[in-house]
Amino acid sequence: MEYFLQQLINSLTLGSIYGLIAIGYTMVYGIIGMINFAHGDVFMIGSFVSLIAMVLLGVGTGAFLPLALLIVLLAAILVTSVYGWTLERVAYRPLRGSFRLAALITALGASIFLQNFVQVSQGAKIKPIQPIIQGGFTFFENGSMVVSFSYLQIFIIIITVILLSIFSYIISKTPLGRSQRACEQDLTMSKLLGINVDRTISITFIIGASLASVAGMMFVLYYGVIDFFIGFLTGIKAFTAAVLGGIGSIPGAVIGGLLIGLIETFWSAYFTIEYKDVAVFGILVIVLIFRPYGILGKPEVEKV
Amino acid sequence: MLIAKNISSYYGNIQALDNISIEVNKGEIVSIIGSNGAGKSTLLMTLCGIVPAKTGSIIFNDTEISTLPTHEIIRMGVSQSPEGRRIFPKLTVYENLLIGDPLKREKDINLEFIFEIFPRLKERINQRGGTLSGGEQQMLSIGRALVSQPSLLLLDEPSLGLAPIIVKQIFETIKRINKENDTTILLVEQNAFGALKLSDRGYVLVNGKVTISGESKQLLENPEIKKAYLEGV
Repeated sequence: MEYFLQQLINSLTLGSIYGLIAIGYTMVYGIIGMINFAHGDVFMIGSFVSLIAMVLLGVGTGAFLPLALLIVLLAAILVTSVYGWTLERVAYRPLRGSFRLAALITALGASIFLQNFVQVSQGAKIKPIQPIIQGGFTFFENGSMVVSFSYLQIFIIIITVILLSIFSYIISKTPLGRSQRACEQDLTMSKLLGINVDRTISITFIIGASLASVAGMMFVLYYGVIDFFIGFLTGIKAFTAAVLGGIGSIPGAVIGGLLIGLIETFWSAYFTIEYKDVAVFGILVIVLIFRPYGILGKPEVEKV
Repeated sequence: MLIAKNISSYYGNIQALDNISIEVNKGEIVSIIGSNGAGKSTLLMTLCGIVPAKTGSIIFNDTEISTLPTHEIIRMGVSQSPEGRRIFPKLTVYENLLIGDPLKREKDINLEFIFEIFPRLKERINQRGGTLSGGEQQMLSIGRALVSQPSLLLLDEPSLGLAPIIVKQIFETIKRINKENDTTILLVEQNAFGALKLSDRGYVLVNGKVTISGESKQLLENPEIKKAYLEGV
């Protein structure tokens, strides 16, 4: 039972990271109907920017920790957003309106480019970092079994909840969010209402990149090691989360992320850790066969 | 208010508009009639910059708009209720109306006039757009186009697929919008009789060309038009 609870806490943390990345996939798919396969690498960029900011600020060496982490967070969001914006501007916009495969191939190309760019500029070796947020609450101990909620896990979950609240407020209540949802449903009509569609698409990429960069920062803190290749596997898992939740659905992406976190953690805990990725992708296959529109995605029902 | 001169536009290699010139003056209702595929909807889309005009000029309130992106044209005070209504099925009626002025905050948007002319929309305010009947969707589409308080309203086949009694109501409402809200209207219709009765002037579009134009009253009397569009009505 204690073991189970502990795994639940762990899975929630991992699920937060996947959920934040999955939103980027699902939003971009929703608005321009393409899978941005470079999104995982945008997340990787976010983790590198965080790491660099941490080293520059000397985070963990006595500096005032919450403030330092806030600065790292903002730096990661800012720099990674620029990458997200540039990616759309340079790689995707010129091909908009071209055949669908073109966007897919470009996305893969952009992904390879970003990986190689980081490999060349930062080196291919893995980058370790000292644990920065240590300690935690212990709920109860029973002999050798301990259920604990580390401060780091609390930090990750709280940041995720705050970000998701801000994000859902923007999407549901602001003119920007309304434009975003209108563009998702009908680009031409959105133009006819005076929405600057290009700008809305740019903002979508910026929002997706921001959320992914925060996930990148969490990844650095949680695992303590990163390299230029982390975006691939983590990105594909977050993509799986988006498909599982129903691609195009934002709440679906969050739920999908949490479920993937749950599956991965519990598979590692009760079966074999070596096959955790197989478990995750096995789920993807099952979802695609039996419910290709995902948990919250619905086949369009529309009265004409 | 709007002067389009010698505009031609293409879908791929197919010419949809051939050297069309039309004019809309402030306060008028102008109708464009013609059969399926005559280029009526393309004309409205060209005026809004969705379909590029290959030749000619479009001047709106003394500004050349044929080279501007759509959203800038719309922000100058043009608005369109397009063919097929194109409401947002997943947004509620209220959200569909709010998006009619995408730059404004919710509290700065005034829907009073729209609810006055379409009380039905107020009753259905929290329903999703996709669940409305055809007539209600048409009301929503026109209502949405009015939110930004355009000076020129473009209406594409508001009567399409609606029961005669609803068509009558919609036409009466269009008249009200023109009179009470001071909105100039360019109306595209297959329902030639209804459109000409409603409008001040009209143009007849055949295969992408304007063949006849004039005062609506005269057009209603014109034997050619009677034969081609009005017989049996």
